[in-house]
Amino acid sequence: MKHTISVLVENKFGVLARVAGLFSARGYNIASLAVSETLDPSVSYMTIVVDAKDEKILEQIEKQLNKLIDVITVTDFTKKEHVERELILVKVGYPAKDKAKLEALVKNYVAKICQRKDDTVIIEAVGEQEQIKQLLEGLSKFGVKELIRTGKIAMA
Amino acid sequence: MTGAQILLECLKREGVQVIFGYPGGQVLPLFDKLYDSEIKFILVRHEQGSAHAADGYARATGKAGVCIATSGPGATNLVTGIANAYMDSIPMIAITGQVKSHLIGNDAFQEADVTGITRPITKHNYLVKDVKDLARIVREAFFIATTGRPGPVVIDIPSDIQMQDTEFIWPETVSIRSYQPTYFGHPGQVKKAAKLISNAKKPLLYIGGGIISSGASLVLRELAEKINTPVTWTMMGIGAFPATHKLSLGMLGMHGTAYANHAVTASDLIIAAGARFDDRVTGRIDAFAPKAKIIHIDIDPSSISKNVRVDIPIVGDAKNILGELLEQVKTIPDTLEWLKTIEGFKKKFPLKYSKEGSKIKPQYVIEQLDEATKGDAVITTEVGQNQMWATQWYKYNHPRTFISSGGLGTMGFGFPAAMGAKLGCPDKQVIDIAGDGSIQMNIQELATCVCNKINVKVFILNNGYLGMVRQWQELFYKRRYAHTCISGPDFVKLAESFGAVGIRVTKKEDVRPAIEKALSIENTVFVDFHIEPEENVFPMVPAGEAINQMIEGLA
Repeated sequence: MKHTISVLVENKFGVLARVAGLFSARGYNIASLAVSETLDPSVSYMTIVVDAKDEKILEQIEKQLNKLIDVITVTDFTKKEHVERELILVKVGYPAKDKAKLEALVKNYVAKICQRKDDTVIIEAVGEQEQIKQLLEGLSKFGVKELIRTGKIAMA
Repeated sequence: MTGAQILLECLKREGVQVIFGYPGGQVLPLFDKLYDSEIKFILVRHEQGSAHAADGYARATGKAGVCIATSGPGATNLVTGIANAYMDSIPMIAITGQVKSHLIGNDAFQEADVTGITRPITKHNYLVKDVKDLARIVREAFFIATTGRPGPVVIDIPSDIQMQDTEFIWPETVSIRSYQPTYFGHPGQVKKAAKLISNAKKPLLYIGGGIISSGASLVLRELAEKINTPVTWTMMGIGAFPATHKLSLGMLGMHGTAYANHAVTASDLIIAAGARFDDRVTGRIDAFAPKAKIIHIDIDPSSISKNVRVDIPIVGDAKNILGELLEQVKTIPDTLEWLKTIEGFKKKFPLKYSKEGSKIKPQYVIEQLDEATKGDAVITTEVGQNQMWATQWYKYNHPRTFISSGGLGTMGFGFPAAMGAKLGCPDKQVIDIAGDGSIQMNIQELATCVCNKINVKVFILNNGYLGMVRQWQELFYKRRYAHTCISGPDFVKLAESFGAVGIRVTKKEDVRPAIEKALSIENTVFVDFHIEPEENVFPMVPAGEAINQMIEGLA
């Protein structure tokens, strides 16, 4: 099962390597990872999505993260109410005959076309996992040429 | 002050009395200041020796051990020693030189990414980028290394930082917002644990190295005596409870006593303190203590519920929590029947070895050493059969008297660790119980011992084999002794060539006199005991078996 964990860390060099190293050393896979500074520039915020087979592994991940000296707090969002979003950029085919259909589809989501070329467009979209999934399914018939995702960010 | 001076001033203020190390290009500014320092410096013959010596010093004294190496190969040679200290939660500060700041990342001469390499084997590490941070970093490093679950900390210092000048400001206090170990147990959990203890019929204390690092030996003993509960220990817990005490069960696990393992299997309540249910202890995990509820006391939350299911976890310092339990347990459990059962196990499955044959038995050597030193020496070991015999046949009654590589299982640890221990406890006899294989791994430290008059004794149990691996080959690989027959030098001549004393013992009747002689000599002594070549360590739990399924070894 996928779990979304937020990790508040000291904003110092090497901290990301410590966190990433912890996962790799124990054979845990990171599904996605987003890192940025917070309002307090001495603190960084990581949102990590992990695929943990069972509760025991998740518990170890949390404990091991907490054991790192530079980790301030660890929160597992799976257990609490929270808002989560992901931003994607997706390049799809834009043949003349489908233009209207494509633009109609995009309007149904928190999404917009941010670049138009002769035969492709780049769309940006923001949403929860399920919305992003639906949008991508809808776009697939136009021919998805490239996809970049930021990974999930979450806030409680 | 320069960075180098600041570093040495900080070490002095942290109470460091001895440093083990080896010079090199990127620590030249530091060594220049060491020239005038009052801190004793021991020049080892290989950096690995300095890390193990610092580790041995820490284990013997409870204070952080300090080692210094240069950049690149100097630092990478420390790696095994750092990993060793990490696995056994030993407080250690490893200081490494680094290439000049502006060269970092350029593949400069003798450059290695030391913080990168040591990240997974340290409690924490630092690369110093500004000389103004140095005093704070050193202070934090000692604080982190010695508090909570202890461990090694690496400080990597570029040589230009060692030379830069700045005002020295000693941070009076240390506070790290993201590092606050829990020392006191949750009162509710302690209460629940006390209740379980009161109602137990077959309680068992299972203790580990955490008792030694938290200084909980006395309170452990009080608690065991109050609740009439037998005590078994991990290898790291040896010495935390007196081996000669009537409640003592000795070590458990793969080469533990059969009666300890049977007691675990029969127990209805395991009170684990400062131990981590390592696979060498538990054997097949689903068959470990099948009838028991488990209370697990540990300062490291990540050790709890890692390997076994735990009924009552209590995070905190073992000394505090055992003390709280001592107060909270009002109704003493009735363990009379249980202690009788245990006595039965002890009678039925005693620790034993065959005394037949003309060859010297390694167990006999250690028994004789125990007698000759009245159980009062500091014993270090290498890794393998020598180590297991040392756990079984010497009676350790005090904490910090048994020093051995537990988690990592590092051959070559015992000799340099003995050096460190001897410097920490100059009034004690310090004896490294070695094998002829392991001793060859850090034998260069003979020069360090002789040169600095560090009078340790090395008892080589010489069987011409890498004995533990050979034992596995004998039992599980159809006696196909693939590359475990190992030759060595003439250890007597070798010792003499270094200026030490060498004694060879080939007859049983010469064992005790040789031990007495070795202990009386004011020099480093190698005693080369030619032992029964194919003697095995028993009992033994084969890998993957339940711990009560032991090979006894004797008909």
